[in-house]
Amino acid sequence: MLRVENITRDFGGLRVLDDVIFEIEEGTIYGIIGPNGAGKTTLFNIISGLLKPTGGRIIFNTIDITGLKPHAITAAGISRTFQNIRIFKEMTLLENVLVGMHRLFSYSAVSMLFELKKKRREEKELREKAYDILSIVRLSEKAGLKAESLSYGEQRKLELARALATEPKLILVDEPAAGMNPAETEELMGEIVRINSRKYTICLIEHDMKVVMGICRRIGVLNFGKFIAQGSPDEIKNNPLVIEAYLGRDETGA
Amino acid sequence: MFYQQLANALALGAVYSLFAIGFTLIFGVMEIITLAHGAVFMVGAFAGYTAATKFGLGIIPCLIISMAASGFIGFVLDLVAIRPLRKKKFHHLAPMIATIGCATIITSIYQGIFGAEAYRFPFDFVPNENYEFRGIQLTQLQLTIIFTSFILMIMMIFFLNKTKWGKAVRAVAENSRTGALLGIPVERVYQFTMIISSSFGGAAGVLTGLNFNTIHTFMGGPILHRGIAVIILGGMGDIRGAMAGGLILGFAEVLSVAYISSDFRDAVSFGLLFLILLIRPSGIFGKKIERKG
Amino acid sequence: MSDFLISFWQTYNTLFYTIFIHGMLGLSIYLTLACGLLSLGNAAFMGIGAYTSALLTMKAGFPFGISLIAGGILPSMVALAIGIPTLRLSGVYLAMATLGFGEVVRVVLLNMEITGGSMGINGIPQKTELWHLVLIMGIIIFFFIRLRDSKYGRAMEAINEDEVASSVMGIRTTYFKVWTFTAGAFIAGVAGGLNAHFTYFISPREYGFEPAVDILTFAILGGTKTFWGPIAGSAILTVLPEMMRFMGPYRLAVNGIILLLVVLYLPNGIVSRGTFISLKKLFSERKSNA
Repeated sequence: MLRVENITRDFGGLRVLDDVIFEIEEGTIYGIIGPNGAGKTTLFNIISGLLKPTGGRIIFNTIDITGLKPHAITAAGISRTFQNIRIFKEMTLLENVLVGMHRLFSYSAVSMLFELKKKRREEKELREKAYDILSIVRLSEKAGLKAESLSYGEQRKLELARALATEPKLILVDEPAAGMNPAETEELMGEIVRINSRKYTICLIEHDMKVVMGICRRIGVLNFGKFIAQGSPDEIKNNPLVIEAYLGRDETGA
Repeated sequence: MFYQQLANALALGAVYSLFAIGFTLIFGVMEIITLAHGAVFMVGAFAGYTAATKFGLGIIPCLIISMAASGFIGFVLDLVAIRPLRKKKFHHLAPMIATIGCATIITSIYQGIFGAEAYRFPFDFVPNENYEFRGIQLTQLQLTIIFTSFILMIMMIFFLNKTKWGKAVRAVAENSRTGALLGIPVERVYQFTMIISSSFGGAAGVLTGLNFNTIHTFMGGPILHRGIAVIILGGMGDIRGAMAGGLILGFAEVLSVAYISSDFRDAVSFGLLFLILLIRPSGIFGKKIERKG
Repeated sequence: MSDFLISFWQTYNTLFYTIFIHGMLGLSIYLTLACGLLSLGNAAFMGIGAYTSALLTMKAGFPFGISLIAGGILPSMVALAIGIPTLRLSGVYLAMATLGFGEVVRVVLLNMEITGGSMGINGIPQKTELWHLVLIMGIIIFFFIRLRDSKYGRAMEAINEDEVASSVMGIRTTYFKVWTFTAGAFIAGVAGGLNAHFTYFISPREYGFEPAVDILTFAILGGTKTFWGPIAGSAILTVLPEMMRFMGPYRLAVNGIILLLVVLYLPNGIVSRGTFISLKKLFSERKSNA
């Protein structure tokens, strides 16, 4: 479904991503792990169009999306969340989801100005749909509240709902466990598995290996900008390179 | 003729640099644009003028009084308009707008006192003598302006690089949180930055008043525009960039007046500014800004 | 009573006209602020509109309506041309670029022959009537009301809060920014045309740095949470200096003090929940004291 081919990215002489190659199969949860600073978020920024790669290509369902603008990549069917949660805090939950649905609205400015039937119908239909999406992450009772009033865990869920609202085929989830306690993390992982079971493909970044082991079918390991291993959770767990580069360091750090 | 223009440009540009150096330091350390810096400049010019005419003081005491007066205004600005906004989390434009309010207050009070007419420094304030270097005529006034500006700027650079307080200022400019962790009194550094930057603005006011032989209450506006152009030209927050930017603007203005038309002098700075923002928003010397995802 | 009303109107009618024109200018900058852009170019757009429409009625004999629309279109074309390269700048840089643009416009107006140089243009026929202002203001407000609950309004709000997140939500951020910048220039240009046909006289100094800052002040003072904010801000800052005439040259200081107090104590402007809460507090304190 998504093929990342030889992606390279330099920041002022520093190679942050070096010849990254991997492929995500439709319907799976793919995990990318690696220590902080390994280049995980840079990779997401490149896939979602916020950064341009120095070299390489990204193929999504046979279409080359390398270097497209973020909105075009969203339209192609890739959506994402952010490590540091970037919901629209001053807007209500419903409005957050409606912003995610932006491109599903087709009425024109004329329709807006004169409140034509088309505008009224679309706004009504999509509002109902937005409630449905909020109920997927069990936030529909709070639809009218401002997003800033939510707890941290709920904000993560809202961000997932907003990503779902763009009608993506693939969702990139950036470090969902960051800043959350173990209980919240577990709940969110359950949420991600449920979303996956609704036929959304998911690509997950995480630096805490334990979080992804249980839910991912395949895992890629990124270290210093390079993909050092790929495989099933069991293969990764037993890969000496991974243990040396990642697990060993993590344990001495802990 | 050309070299003569260069001498004029140097005197003009040196004062622009002197004005911009404080302006850019405030941005570098506090991350705000203080649009009251023009008003501070005007206050400095009038303080120097008053010292010269009412008390008959010479140029050096006048400069000191002017710097003290404008430094005091900088202190008050920080106390009244900037510090309260630092305490709470506000929109990033709030301090800029607060300083617009302060500039309006200061300017209208001065207009109330001094009116709109032009004032001049005493006739023999700087002796009217000419010096000649290889065919270039330099007046003592120009020499005084160039010399004073550069001495002050060198002092500033020395202070920032060699003294303990200067290093603290630079550390806070780099990262205020780390600065605080290192035990630097960040609030004091902010206050101090406002005072010293404003006093440089005031000195620039006196020198400009001498250079054009006129001061008036609305002289803050044009210099503020040029200051903005200069600090963007040199890269915001960059001291050396501000010095170079001021000189570049001085040369650009003098040369455009000499060789194109005097009508567009006021547009030169903004033409330059506009161009630089289109081509290289980080300024001539600034590092390229990467977009963060 | 009616005598009083008539004399009141005769004394203060210009003030009403000015409130409307300032209100439009406040709304013109609100449009870009609502997209998170600080543009200080609106005084220049106003100037382009004022000169365009004044010259068209005076030199080309165009009907007022047509020259007014032309006075909106030309600045919006200019905005489109400069907006595409400059709007990728953010925050302070955009403010400075638009300030620079404004200064360039002022100097060009100052040096062109057709614009009358520093003397400006004198004797513009007085064609603006109160109903024109009410009608145009009504249209603008109607537009803002309709914008509010639409996909366009939501997209602008989203861009204002977080541009990166908005782009990932499929919003064409550049498109919206250029569009609001252009529409803001149109409103400012029309306001300029209306003003020119009401004050007889225009000159470059009316479109420089200070007017640019004044327009920003209207919006910030009133608040930018809703479009009523800039309208209220404009009205207050237009009436206040009139009321302070007795203070002579010091009256502008009052403007400055009010601006400072609003920024410090009502960071969301006068039309905001903050004001409501402060008023309520004040009121309940009074009651408990009594």
